[in-house]
Amino acid sequence: MKPAPFEYAAPESVEEALSLLEQHGDTGKVLSGGQSLGPLLNMRLASPEVLIDINRLNELSYLRRRDDHLEIGALARQRTIERSPVIKQKWPLLYEAAPYIGHATLRNRGTICGSIAHADPAAELPAIATALDAELCIRGHEGERTARPDEFFVSFMTTNLEPEELLVEVRFPPPQPWTGHAWMEIARRHGDFALVGVAAVLTLREDGACSAARLVYTGVASVPFDAQEAADQLLGEQPTEELFATAAEKAAGSSEPGSDAHASAAYRRHLVRVLTRRALRKALERAKGEGDGA
Amino acid sequence: MERSRIVQVTVNGVEYEREVEVRKTLADFLREDLGLRGTHLGCEHGVCGACTILFDDASVRSCIMYAVQADGADILTVEGMAPPGGPLHPIQEAFRDHHGLQCGFCTPGFLMPALELLVEKRNPSEDEIREAISGNLCRCTGYQGIVEAIRAADETWERL
Repeated sequence: MKPAPFEYAAPESVEEALSLLEQHGDTGKVLSGGQSLGPLLNMRLASPEVLIDINRLNELSYLRRRDDHLEIGALARQRTIERSPVIKQKWPLLYEAAPYIGHATLRNRGTICGSIAHADPAAELPAIATALDAELCIRGHEGERTARPDEFFVSFMTTNLEPEELLVEVRFPPPQPWTGHAWMEIARRHGDFALVGVAAVLTLREDGACSAARLVYTGVASVPFDAQEAADQLLGEQPTEELFATAAEKAAGSSEPGSDAHASAAYRRHLVRVLTRRALRKALERAKGEGDGA
Repeated sequence: MERSRIVQVTVNGVEYEREVEVRKTLADFLREDLGLRGTHLGCEHGVCGACTILFDDASVRSCIMYAVQADGADILTVEGMAPPGGPLHPIQEAFRDHHGLQCGFCTPGFLMPALELLVEKRNPSEDEIREAISGNLCRCTGYQGIVEAIRAADETWERL
C-alpha cells in the first residue's frame, strides 16, 4: 500500500506553516505524528494534494507549566505524558490514560494535539480534554483564538478548525483540591481503540458531599460524550454506591452508541453502566485520599 | 514545493544522501534505495509492527513515515544491531536461544522495541516487556518465547 502522489512542504516556523495552510486551504493537510494520517494515506482513504509536515516546528514541541496551567504544544509526542512526573502528580487523569493510547511505538511519534485535531470519538485524548475543560489554542492567518472542547468537536473526525488554521496548543487548567479522577476503558485487545472508555472527575466538599462531577465517554457518540445530566445526579449529594448506580443508568440511557462489528449498541450501553460505577468508585477513593489532583 | 527531495540520513552509522520521491515511505526507502531489506513490510498501514526501526533512538513504524521526514535523522535497523559476519547482538542471541522466532518475518520489528526497552531499563517487569512489544504481531511463537528472550537478554547483555 502506497500513498497517492502528493506535494510536500516542511515549514520551519509557525508563520510559514500558516501561510502554507492559507495558500493551500482544504487541498492541504497537516502532517503531525502521522499515526492516523499515515494509514489513511497508505490506504488511499485520504489523498491530499499537499502535505504540510509540521515536524520541524521545534518551537511547538513543549510541555510546560505556566500560571499553574499545563501547556502542551502541537508537536509534543504522546510518549512525553507517561514520562512527566508533573503530569503524574498534577494531571493524573492524563497520566492514567496515556498507556491506553495505541502502543508505545505509536506514542513515540503520535502527538497529543494531533490526536485531538483528528477527533476520533473513540480516542482517549479528546475525551480527556473535554473532562478536564482544556482550552484549545488555534492559530490562523487572522490571529489566534481559543475553543472549548464542546465547541471544537463537531462530529466524527470533524472539528471547528478552518482549513487554514492550526491547533498550536492544548492548555489544561490547574487541578482542583479534593478531586479524584479515573480513566477506565474496555478494549478487545490492549492498544486497540476501546469499545467504551470513561473519564470520571469527582470533587468533594469538606463535608464529603460532591461539589463537582464530570463523566465523559469515548465510543458512544460522534464526539466525546459529556454526560452532564448523569454527572449532575451527584451534585450536593454524599456519594454512595446507589447514587453511582443512578448516574450510571442515566449515562447509559442518554448515550447513543452505534452497533458495529466490534460490539452491539446494547453491549456498549452495558459497558457505560459498568464502567461508570467502577470509575466513580475509583475517583471517590482518590478524592477522599486527596491522592491526586490536590 | 516539489515531488522529490534530497535526503541526508544516517543509517546504522553510515551517512547517505539520496534523492527521493516525497511520497516514498521510509520503509521502502530503506529497502529499495539503501538495500537494507532486513526491515520487513507486513501490513503497510501501521498495524503489524514488522517495519519498526529506531528513529533518533525511539521505535517507530517506518511504513507510515516518509523518507523525506528522515532528513537529518539517525536511524537504526536490524542490520545495525550486530557487525556483518560478527557475533549476534545479545538480544538476537537470546531470541535464538529462547525460541523467540520461528519463521523470523516479524523478528526485526520485535528486536527494535526490545532494544529500546533494554537501553532504557534494567530488569524490566514482564508487564513492561509485554507493553514494549505490544505493537508487534507474531503469528508463530505465541509471544511467550519472545518475552522470555527479552528477559534473558536483560541479564546477558552487558551494557553501560
